[in-house]
Amino acid sequence: MRRPNADHLVEAVNVTKSFGSNVVLQGIDLTVDPGEVVCLLGPSGSGKTTFLRLINQMETLTGGRIWVGGELIGIEERKGKLHTRTDADIARQRSRIGMVFQRFNLFPHMTAMENVIEAPVHVKGISKREARQQATELLELVGLADRARFYPSQLSGGQQQRVAIARALAMKPELMLFDEPTSALDPELVGEVLGVMRGLAAEGTTMIVVTHEMGFAREVADRVVFMDQGVVVEEGSPDTVLLHPTEERTRTFLRRVKQQAEAEAQHDVELAKTLDALES
Amino acid sequence: MSTSSGSDGERPGLINAVPVRHYGRWVAVAVIVLLLLMLLNMLIFNPVFDWPFVLEVMNQTPVIEGLLKGTLLVTVFTMIVGVLGGVVLAVMRLSDNPVLRWVSWAYTWFFRSIPRIVLLTIMGAGMGLIFRDGLSLGIPFDWKIIEWLGLSGDWRFATLDANTLFSGFVGAVIGLGASEAAYMAEIARAGILSVDKGQSEAAQALGMSRWKAMRRVVLPQAMRVIVPPTGNETIAMMKDTSLLIALPLTAELFYQVGAIGSRTYQILPSYLAAVVYYLLITSVLMVGQSYLERHFGRGFGTTVKSDKAQAEIGLMAGSAH
Ligand SMILES: Nc1ncnc2c1ncn2[C@@H]1O[C@H](COP(=O)(O)OP(=O)(O)O)[C@@H](O)[C@H]1O
Ligand SMILES: [Mg+2]
Repeated sequence: MRRPNADHLVEAVNVTKSFGSNVVLQGIDLTVDPGEVVCLLGPSGSGKTTFLRLINQMETLTGGRIWVGGELIGIEERKGKLHTRTDADIARQRSRIGMVFQRFNLFPHMTAMENVIEAPVHVKGISKREARQQATELLELVGLADRARFYPSQLSGGQQQRVAIARALAMKPELMLFDEPTSALDPELVGEVLGVMRGLAAEGTTMIVVTHEMGFAREVADRVVFMDQGVVVEEGSPDTVLLHPTEERTRTFLRRVKQQAEAEAQHDVELAKTLDALES
Repeated sequence: MSTSSGSDGERPGLINAVPVRHYGRWVAVAVIVLLLLMLLNMLIFNPVFDWPFVLEVMNQTPVIEGLLKGTLLVTVFTMIVGVLGGVVLAVMRLSDNPVLRWVSWAYTWFFRSIPRIVLLTIMGAGMGLIFRDGLSLGIPFDWKIIEWLGLSGDWRFATLDANTLFSGFVGAVIGLGASEAAYMAEIARAGILSVDKGQSEAAQALGMSRWKAMRRVVLPQAMRVIVPPTGNETIAMMKDTSLLIALPLTAELFYQVGAIGSRTYQILPSYLAAVVYYLLITSVLMVGQSYLERHFGRGFGTTVKSDKAQAEIGLMAGSAH
C-alpha cells in the first residue's frame, strides 16, 4: 500500500461506501493540506454527509483508505495485515477531529458553558477551572461570552450553532468538519455563523465544509470540490469551479442554485416593493 | 356602527359582559361538599374509627421498626437494585450483541410473568431446597473436574447459606429487586430511545466512548422520560412490601399492624395505622418525584419564540445560578 504524503492532513484514496446494495460513494479521492479550506458542493443525496461521517468514523468504510494526520482511519496495519481499530483508538482519533452538524446537536441538558467544557474535562481530563477559562475564550471568539449560562433552548439557531462550533474547537482539533452548518437556520441568522467560520479560516484552521452558500465558498475556500452521485466530478480553485466549470453536471448544478438564489432575490425585491408601496 | 351601545356612540369601548353561568359546576361543588361532610362525620364520630388507638398502634416499636426496615429500607434498596438492573438490561437490549439482546429479553419475559407474591413464596420455600449445599463462589463444575483428576476436596472460596440469603431482608431485596429490574428495563429502554440519535453521535464525535456518551449525554436526557414512571414504580414497590410475609419477612409494616390487630381484636384501627403511614410515605415520595422531574427537566420545556421572550428567559437563567 502506498504511504500517504506527509504534507497532506487528510488523504482519501478510492473511498467507497455502500449501504447494503445501495452504493453511495464510488471511489472518492480527496486531499486536504494543513490550513486549507475545502468546500464540498453537490446536489442532495450525492454522498457529502456520508463522506464526512466516514472521516469521523460514524460510518465504516466499505473500501479505500482515509488517512488523517498520517494515521489510517478505522483500521491499522500490523505485520502486513489490516486490523480493525479498537473502540478506544477510534475515540482517540475522533477527538482530533471537530464536527459541526446541520442540526447543531448541542446537549440540551447543559448550558452553553457546560457544552463547551464537557469534552475537555471528560475526554481529555483537564481541570474544570482550566477548561472554563478556555471555554470563555472560545465563547468570546464566537461572540457569545454573555450567553455562557444559557441552555440551548434559550438560544437562537445561529447562537446554538456558534456554541456547537466552540464546543468542537474546545478539543483543539487538527481538522474541522462542517456539514451544512447553516442549512437549518433562518436566512437572517446565516451570516453570523458564516462570519465565525470566516474567522476560523483566516486563522488557518483546516476545514472541510459542506455548504450551499456559494458566496462563502467563493470567498473563503482554497479549493472547491463538486460531487455528484458518489463521485468527485470536478475540483479546483473557487473561481475555476464556480465561474468556469468544465463539466456539464457542475454547470447544471450551479445553474439550479443560481436560479434558486435569483428566485429568492426576486421574492425579496417584490417584498421590498410591496413594503415601499405600503409606506408611500 | 349602527349596533354600537357605547356611551359616545361611535367606537366600541370596554367590554363588561355578563359571564356564562356554570350552574353545573355549582351543583357538582355542592354535591362534593356534602359528600366530604358525610365522610368527615363518619371518620370523626363513628366509634369504629378509634383514632387514639390508631395513634397508639402507629407508635408501637415493632410497627415503627417494620415501617423503617421492611417497608422503607426494602423499598429504597429494591429500587436501587431495580433501577440499576433495569438500566443495564435496557442497554443490553439496545446493544449490537444479539446474545445480550436475547438475555435481556428473556430476563424481562420471565420476571414480568411471575406475580410478586408467587416469586416471594417460592423464594422463601424453594431456594433452600434448590441450593441445598448453599451458594458458593469458586470454580464452576469443580466437583466434576476434581472427580476426573482423581483428587478430593473442593475449589470454593466462600459459601453462603441459601436460607439466610433468600429469606429475610436480603431475600426481599433480591426478589423484589429482580422483579423490579424487569419493569425498569422497559422504562429505561423507552427513555433511552426517546433521546435523539444525534446526541450520542455528537458526544462520540468529541471522542467519548460509547459508554461515556451513554452516561454523560444520553441517560441524563433519558431521565426526563424515566423519572415519572419510576416514581410510580417506587410507590407501587412501597405498597408491594406488604407482600413480604410470603417470604417470610415479618419486620414489615402491614404484618406488624395485622399482628396487633389480631392480638387486640381491634382489626380496623390497626390496619388504619398502616393506611395512614402509606398515605404519608406516598406524599413524601410525590414531593421527591417533583423535585427530580424539575432537576432532569433543566434545559427543556422553554420553547422560545420571540427575541423579547428570549431575552427575558435569558435574564432569568442568568440570575438563577
Ligand atoms: N445510514 C444509511 N443507511 C442507508 N442509506 C443511507 C444512509 N445514510 C445515507 N444513505 C444514503 O446515501 C445517499 C447519500 O446520502 P448523504 O450522504 O446524506 O448525501 P448528501 O449529504 O450529499 O445529501 C442517500 O441516497 C441516502 O439515502
Ligand atoms: Mg447531507
